[in-house]
Formats: sequence, C-alpha cells, structure tokens
Amino acid sequence: MTATDASLIPVNVVSGFLGAGKTSLLKRVLASEAFGESAVLINEFGDVGIDDLLLGEIAEDAVLLSSGCVCCTIRQELSEALARLLELRADGRIPCFKRVILETTGLADPGPIASTITADPMLRHHLRPGINLTVVDAIHAGDSETAYTVWADQVAAADKLIISKTDLADTDRVDTLRDRLTTINPTAEILGPDAIAQPTTALFRQGPHVARWGAAETRRWLGLRPVGTPAVRESAHPDTVSSFRLRLAGEVDWTCLGVWLSMLLNRHGQRILRVKGVLQVRGGRDPVIVHGVQHTIHPPEHVRDWPCDDDRSELVFITRGIAGDRIVASLDGFMKRVSAYPAPVISHV
Amino acid sequence: MCGLCGALGGEDHWTAHLSVAEQADVRRRQRAYRIGLINTVLRAPRLTLTDFQSSRYVLAGATGKRAIVDDLGGIWQQAETMTGASLDPLDPEFLDGLGT
Repeated sequence: MTATDASLIPVNVVSGFLGAGKTSLLKRVLASEAFGESAVLINEFGDVGIDDLLLGEIAEDAVLLSSGCVCCTIRQELSEALARLLELRADGRIPCFKRVILETTGLADPGPIASTITADPMLRHHLRPGINLTVVDAIHAGDSETAYTVWADQVAAADKLIISKTDLADTDRVDTLRDRLTTINPTAEILGPDAIAQPTTALFRQGPHVARWGAAETRRWLGLRPVGTPAVRESAHPDTVSSFRLRLAGEVDWTCLGVWLSMLLNRHGQRILRVKGVLQVRGGRDPVIVHGVQHTIHPPEHVRDWPCDDDRSELVFITRGIAGDRIVASLDGFMKRVSAYPAPVISHV
Repeated sequence: MCGLCGALGGEDHWTAHLSVAEQADVRRRQRAYRIGLINTVLRAPRLTLTDFQSSRYVLAGATGKRAIVDDLGGIWQQAETMTGASLDPLDPEFLDGLGT
C-alpha cells in the first residue's frame, strides 16, 4: 500500500478562528445521517474541554485531545489518538468509519497536521490527509487577521472556506471579506453559511491526495485560467499574506525543482504557507501535481487524461511577505545554474 | 533493510515519489542525478554529498566531519549546521555563487 492509495482513510480538518462556527458545523455534521461513518477528534485548548460539552450526546465516539494546540504541542498526542482510533476499529470496538474529522482549536495552524500523518510510519499506511475546511466569521474576520497571524494561516491552508454569520454582517463587509479570502487563497472554494446549516458529504469530497487525478479536477483545484489571462499582482508587505501564480513554459526538470523547493522550504517554510501546481515534467508522459502546506509536501501524483494541447505548468504560492518576483528570480537562477537541462521560461502572472 | 547496519532501504522523501521512478534502474539514475545537483549547490560551502546504500546520504565537510542524513530536508539542515551559514535560495549572492 502506498501513501497515495485511494483506499486510505481521509483525515479531514475543520479549522477556524475562535467563535467562527466550527462546533456549530460539527454538530450539524454529526446530526446528519449522511455522515454516519465518521470518527471525530476534537482538539481543545485549555484545562477544561468545552467543545465536547457543546456537542453533547451527539458525538458518542468523539475523542477529545486536551493538551493544547494541534499545531505545536500535541502532535504526538494526535498521532496516538489516531492510532487509538485505528486500533479500536480493527478490534471491532467501534464501528468501521470511512473518514476522520478533526476539529482544531481556534488558535491552531492546521498546516502541520498533514505532516503528523504522512511522517508517522504506521499512520501513513492507513490514513491520508483529507480536506482542510476553514470556517471564517464574517463579523470578526478583519480584527482577527489584524491581531493573530494564525487567522491567515488557517485561510491559506484551506481547500474550502465557509463564511459564517453573514446574516449579521452587511453586504459590503461580506464582499470585502470574500475579496480578501480570494487574495490570500485564490484556489479555495468559498461557501456560504448554508454549508453549516445543511452540510452535505460534498464538504469532504475529493481531497487533494487522491491516487489518480483527472484534467477537470486539476483545473478546478488550481483555478487554471485561459493562457494570456491577466492576473492581479500581489502586494508584498512584509507581514501580509498574499498569493501569486508562476507560469513555466517548457519542460520542468523535476529533480532540480525538488532540490530547489526543499531548500526554499527548509529556509522559509514558515512563510511559504501553501504551494500547489501542475508541472509538465521532463521525461514524464502525464503532468504532475504538486501540493504542499508549509514544510510538508505531499507525495506528487500524475494527472490522467490531460489534453495533449495543454502544455501549461503553473505553480500557485501563498506566502507571508515573500513577493512573487523573488520566487521567480530564485527558481529561474537556480535552474539555469544547477540543472543539466534547459530551464523553462518562468513568468509571474 | 541492510543486514549490516539495519538501515531501512528506500527513500521516502516526496521528491522520490513519482511513479516514473518505480523501476530500479531509473530510480538509481535519478538518485545519482539528484546527488550531482546537490553537490553543485554544496560546492561553494565546501561540502560534498555521497550515496549511502541507496537509502541515505553522507554529508562531508572540508575538515573531514561527516554526518548521515535521511533525505533532502535533512541535508540542508545538516549543511547549515556544519557550515554555520544559511543556504538561502532567495539570497541573490547565494544564487550567484552556485556552482563556483
């Protein structure tokens, strides 16, 4: 079995800042018959776990992680909790489940959760990172972003974003928030409060680590636009989270790119919040999907059924205070000096 | 697993995960090419990298200091520890010095 095997159980993460509505979402999810085969882990910050009380009797099989933020202190505890779930499942002491849902604390950066799974020699043969779902409070988002850097980390890590409490905010505020979310994470799907009121299994469908990708899923996931489409250039304030897209014309030396990216993440992993893209790799028949959250790059996968006439390679970066021009200059200079093959023409679009 | 030292075979870094590398000879060639590229990067800080049983790497300094590392991420951390310098691909001076 490999880490890309679609039979692996996905660990989906529900994150969001304090009071954003994560527990409301989880209560609805657990009350829904559609989510009947779900195991739930709840991470609570502080001595008294509150969220398990709020969930009441709905989540009989929920496991409460009690010693702090998922992002830092309890990675070992998360590994142990996941291993315990698998053991209980194997022994038949809990029903079989086909997904795990992990609710983080409002102060947790969900990025390192994936590495907890993929780096564990036992867990990675049973589990895979699933969807990262982040709930964003329409009322307090601006203040939260200003005061806490983890707010943007949570948005950047998301595959799907749910804007909550839109009924309490005026239209302008919601539109401004939507624009900000798109600036930080242009490829995340943005959902409204209906996703909390009436959640469906589509919320956790199609994680970014399925074994075989099709062209349509890849284009949607990357937000690929027609070639030549002008894009908005990002601002590059030192502490501002922003996103940008690189286009690479010509085949990519995968080995050289891997060496460069591993160096970049070693030095700047805390500020490279997200990398994802599709690459036409030298010597490969199908394009390759790259997907990483902070220091963790998931095993790359080939895209199936990619059209012959589409030879695009694109990389989307979400960074904190690193401008796209610096990344272009670095990758271009590195490939030209190090690779044994002609470097692709790299542009910042 | 190596019978002498117990090292688990096979590299698990994400860069080694493409299915094109499933054939042993292709995998060996890619690994040798990767080591060559890394040595180009390590020339300026006077470090060298060699293969260790196709599963790990040995990083050696100019003074003879050596360390075994598991994967790419470990190589850069160890290289920075051994040289006391930052290996920063965003630094224009570092880029200018590549391969020299």
